[in-house]
Amino acid sequence: MEAHEEKPIIYTMENKPIVTCAGDQSLFTSLYTSLAQQLPRESMEWRRSYGRAPKMIHLEANFVQFKEELLPKDGNRALLTFPFLHIYWTDCCDTEMYKASVKDDMLRWQSTLRLHGSVDWLIVVVESEAKKKNKTNILPRTSIVDKIRNDFCNKQSDRCVVLSDPLKESSRSQDSWSAFLTKLRTLLLMSFTKNLGRFEDDMRTLREKRTEPGWSFCDYFMVQEELAFVFEMLQQFEDALVQYDELDALFTQYVLNFGCDHFNYGANWLGSFCAPVKRWSGLLLRRPIDMEKRELIQRGEASLLDLRSYLFSRQCTLLIFLQRPWEVTQRALELLHNCVQELRLLEVYVVQGALDCWVFLSCLEVLHRIEGCCDRAQLEANCSHTVGLWTYATEKLKSLGYLCGLVAEKVPTSEDLNRTVDLLAGLGEERPETVNSLQSPYKKLNEALSSVEAFEKHYLVSAMKKGDPERAEGFLDDSLRSYVAEGWSLQVTHTRKQMAECQKLLQQTEDYLQTSALLAGDANLTEEERKHFCQEILTFASQPPTVALSMAAFAQLRQMQFSPPGAVVHVGAALQLELRVRCLMPVAMQVEQLAATLHFSLEQGGARGRAGSAQRRTGQGPQGQGDGVVLFPQGSPLAGAGMGALLPPALELYEMQDRSPSDSSLTSTGVVCKNMHLLLRRHDSSASLDTPTAGALPAAVAVDDGAQMLRARDITLQPGDNSILFTAPVQPGSYTLRQLCGSVGRVQFVQSHIYPVVQYEVYSQEPQLTIEPLSDNLLAGIPQKVKFTIATGHYSVKKGDALQLSNTDSMPILHSSCCSATVLSSTGGHALSIQSSEKVTSISLPPTPPYHTLEFQLEVLCHIPPTPFKPDIERLTNGEVRHRPKSHSHADSGMINIDQKVSIDCPWSIYSTLIALTFYVPFKAKHSILSAGKRKYIQVCLQNVSDTNFHLADPVLTERQPTVSMELLSLNVKKQQPVCSQQSVFCLWEMRWAKPLPLCLQCAFSASFAPVSASDTHTAFKPYRYEFQLDRAEILPPSGDQHCRTGALCGLEVSITRQAEPSETEGEEEESTEIEGLRTTKLMYEVVDNSSNWAVCGKSSGVVSMPVAASATHRVQMEVMPLFAGHLPFPNIKVFKYLPHNAVPAIQPDTDSCLENDTISLLDKGLDDQGDTASIRSRGSVHSVGSGEQQRGLPMPRLEPFSPGQVFYWSQGRQVLVLPVTDDHVMEVNVT
Amino acid sequence: MHQVRLQIKGSDEARYSYSIDVQISAVLQYWSKPKNYPLFIRSVPVQNELKFHYTVHTSLDVVEEKISAVGKAMADQRELYLGLLYPTEDYKVYGYVTNSKVKFVIVVDSSNTSLRDNEIRSMFRKLHNSFTDVMCNPFYNPGDTIQSKAFDSIVSAMMVQAS
Repeated sequence: MEAHEEKPIIYTMENKPIVTCAGDQSLFTSLYTSLAQQLPRESMEWRRSYGRAPKMIHLEANFVQFKEELLPKDGNRALLTFPFLHIYWTDCCDTEMYKASVKDDMLRWQSTLRLHGSVDWLIVVVESEAKKKNKTNILPRTSIVDKIRNDFCNKQSDRCVVLSDPLKESSRSQDSWSAFLTKLRTLLLMSFTKNLGRFEDDMRTLREKRTEPGWSFCDYFMVQEELAFVFEMLQQFEDALVQYDELDALFTQYVLNFGCDHFNYGANWLGSFCAPVKRWSGLLLRRPIDMEKRELIQRGEASLLDLRSYLFSRQCTLLIFLQRPWEVTQRALELLHNCVQELRLLEVYVVQGALDCWVFLSCLEVLHRIEGCCDRAQLEANCSHTVGLWTYATEKLKSLGYLCGLVAEKVPTSEDLNRTVDLLAGLGEERPETVNSLQSPYKKLNEALSSVEAFEKHYLVSAMKKGDPERAEGFLDDSLRSYVAEGWSLQVTHTRKQMAECQKLLQQTEDYLQTSALLAGDANLTEEERKHFCQEILTFASQPPTVALSMAAFAQLRQMQFSPPGAVVHVGAALQLELRVRCLMPVAMQVEQLAATLHFSLEQGGARGRAGSAQRRTGQGPQGQGDGVVLFPQGSPLAGAGMGALLPPALELYEMQDRSPSDSSLTSTGVVCKNMHLLLRRHDSSASLDTPTAGALPAAVAVDDGAQMLRARDITLQPGDNSILFTAPVQPGSYTLRQLCGSVGRVQFVQSHIYPVVQYEVYSQEPQLTIEPLSDNLLAGIPQKVKFTIATGHYSVKKGDALQLSNTDSMPILHSSCCSATVLSSTGGHALSIQSSEKVTSISLPPTPPYHTLEFQLEVLCHIPPTPFKPDIERLTNGEVRHRPKSHSHADSGMINIDQKVSIDCPWSIYSTLIALTFYVPFKAKHSILSAGKRKYIQVCLQNVSDTNFHLADPVLTERQPTVSMELLSLNVKKQQPVCSQQSVFCLWEMRWAKPLPLCLQCAFSASFAPVSASDTHTAFKPYRYEFQLDRAEILPPSGDQHCRTGALCGLEVSITRQAEPSETEGEEEESTEIEGLRTTKLMYEVVDNSSNWAVCGKSSGVVSMPVAASATHRVQMEVMPLFAGHLPFPNIKVFKYLPHNAVPAIQPDTDSCLENDTISLLDKGLDDQGDTASIRSRGSVHSVGSGEQQRGLPMPRLEPFSPGQVFYWSQGRQVLVLPVTDDHVMEVNVT
Repeated sequence: MHQVRLQIKGSDEARYSYSIDVQISAVLQYWSKPKNYPLFIRSVPVQNELKFHYTVHTSLDVVEEKISAVGKAMADQRELYLGLLYPTEDYKVYGYVTNSKVKFVIVVDSSNTSLRDNEIRSMFRKLHNSFTDVMCNPFYNPGDTIQSKAFDSIVSAMMVQAS
């Protein structure tokens, strides 16, 4: 049994709820040990009031001897000393003895309790077999218990418990023990619930009175802390903590309200907290309860810091019991901040620096406390919780250092020293707990403040070393990068300023200048600061080492404007670039030279497609506009260049229209993204290098040397927008602006890339002459106008320069007085003088400056060739103009064209220019012979195939070799008649002749024609000639007879004439054979009569060898017999190529490359020279012959038909008169 | 001893942040595409703006930390309001994160006692609403600094009210 101490026990952990013991003390003493052991062994559920969750609780008790003084008097609310249960112990088993003494004793005990209003009591009757055996005349044991119950527990029979043989190891003893303990626990909890509930009610009542005058927070604090103590005693740390948190919140609320309204808020008790702070010894967390401070609070003398310190130390203790050390650090930081604020709010006087000391000490104290209860690994894992405290301590130490003159270069002044002494005095004596610790916060602070060296030692340990620019620069660089990347402009500026300092100390001239340049252009700085940095640059600029800096810091490109806007000029023209630059410097800068480096490329393809490329160039840049302005994209002003680097470039969208080429109708339209390559590319880490401002150290800027440059010298760049004019050089080629470099003394500002791409072109053009018809088609035969266009290019046409046109007979140049030349882009016409000699026509040109266009027109006439020319053979040497795309109709109507070549000598070239003009013959003539009985007429049909209407006059038909026997009688009446477009005119002549008629008649048709529109009809008439040849062909009757007769044999002469020599390819194919120096090819002929008019007698087919020479003729005599009378058509003759057996199978020869015209003339012939007597084969088939031959053996000769057009049947369609036989029976035959 | 280095780690999510200081009250808002990028920042005491910027910038780390801590537990229904991010002697920094990870930060002078948790909460809610309006503007490019007058006036009103 422990002795009860008078003084309240405060070390609550050792404290237990008090239970008093009355009655038989020796009995209790014997049971005490097992009771104390067994009571906490099982937990009980504690049901709580106010809806709080029930808790399992292990009960312990401090059993003390009952004394009346222990019972609380009225008004004493000390809970720790409150006896929660009163137990009366007795082992009386003797009725006599009970009646004699025990009952009275119990009555007294009961009345004392009742007097104090305590109803928590229990009577324990201990029974033992030993005692019973001693007394023989004992009553049944129940009787004593019953008596007691009867006497004392009138309604609460459970207040009396029997404990049987407690010291024995029997099951009965065990049972009674457990029943007793359960009872004891239940009663204890009931008492707790009841008494704590009452206490809490009282406490709440007290709290509600807080607005009344005279209420004291300190008093209330003591009351609620009592409750906290009890909870702590019951190991309900959570509940205990809640009590302190409530106190904390209440106090905080008071301070806040008080701070808001000093005068109307009736919290006089706060006055004590507003007293000047005299001690700032920091938190003390090493004791569970800081009794010193508690007493101060109890006496109402605590300062705010005392109260807060005490409160926090209690919270800290509980939190550590609860294994929540990290909450301690978090709360500590809040507390420290809060205290500083509260002192400020309450306007408490604090010695300058005192709070810093307090915070510093407190931080370290908390950290030490935490370190004391955690191992190293735990600490490291939770450094995020302690870092705040470390930082705060560092900050405070730093400010203390400044305050006491320990940081400055100079030694502390006496004022500083005085202040230090004052501060140290406020720390008081070191607490006994830490006296032996070498690293105590107290010692640390004391030492740090004692001297500059000691301060540095401590401060450098806790913070990053200052005065080490090299390391600092690295750190600054890192943070600057992240600020720039994230676009925090103020931080960027600030960090840059610090960096500039470092770089200056480290003498990193280039970096320093770059940073200075950035700072000088930084709008976040004041004008003075900017000027300072600008001046730094200028100072360095006058010193030797040449430094290249990024232009971005110095100036921004805004726009560039070309004049002329197309940015394409020819050699010798002026091209000006106006560059708009926004100078970021705060003062006007004298720039000795601003040079734009050019990339020069000699673009191939010279003058062609100029207009197209200019179009492309101006439309190319994203900001490119039609007026030759290139805008440079600007970064966001807030984020600076960093934003631009991070954000993807804006979409450059263009409208796209797809029109069909034929009628330019819209087939599709859409939007095209032109900078897809930029948007879709992988974002790599090096992307930020593009923008020199992104990093603290911009990528080294390389000055491009040796390239061509645009220069502007001695410019003054004013802050803001400036305009600089460059004049571009004149060598032909394509120029791309690469770099921009401005020199200020030795400092060069370089913009290493210019984006968007800025290009211009200087071109040189060769002089060029083109001749084109003025109308759609040039017509042959009448004068036509052609336009000469000379693009002078780089050539300057001087006076006396002339075009020399070589004359041709077929196309004379017509001199016209109205000929004048026009120089485009200059006014007025210039007369052309045209002089012709025999060979050349010379046109003298007016003087024309380079890059101008000279135009004039000439009239030319192309003679129509007289013969019925085989179209396109002679003159068409280059087949390109044959079908001009615009003259479909003419091609359809078979308009014959003539390509006339003109050779021109130009003054700028030693070579002649050959120009082809295509003329079209407007007419097409045909002739035919018409017969009427024995009369013959010649008809000439003249068709106008052109689009022009003509007048035709004087059609004349003549013989070329006039023969007397021949007379041509004109039947044409009109002398002149119109020929409209696509119409024909027919002229007719009758032929009269005297015998004998020549075999061949060569005629020439000639007429004059003039366009209907021509004003002067007579002079404009131009001749048209058409020559043709008529060949006579006749079937002669058998000799001795005038006419063929039916049934009589007639001779048939087949005449095959080679019209042209075979071309090379055909010669090879036809396997010509050399016989006695004469080359021949073999032909097979066959006489076929499909209409059963003739019967071929004897041999109907054969093979002939044709000499390879033009107009070689082979004649074959055959016999035929007409079967009918009347005009019978000539029998058909078929001609085939006869290929020997070894010949290669021929490919079909080109029809138009070689024309072979075989003429077969059929002549009546007698039967006399018919050698072979062969059966009449009227319907022989060549193919069957061929196939029959082929069946005999493989190496057989083959027959191959001629291509269409290769064979001309001269006698096609001709007829021969067959007279009927006079015999009647023949008639009958005919009839049948 | 310890050196505090603040680095804002970027993630792929777009993140916005936002901050108000009120004593004198300042609204700062930040956006970050790959990183923490200011979208809008405003502070009333202009003379000490740099300090606020640093404060806001630093507090973004805490926001990050809180988001990732919450993310593990229940990413879906997390509270947008992050509460007091970290206290300093002079200022209280509150954080708020939208579901699209836009961060709002309000920095309040510690001595301003009229702004408690509830007031800050409602300020954030207002900011969020206004920010949503800004985002709804079809002419607003997400990621650009906010130049909306409506947003600006709401922020200004809030700051006047708070100070």
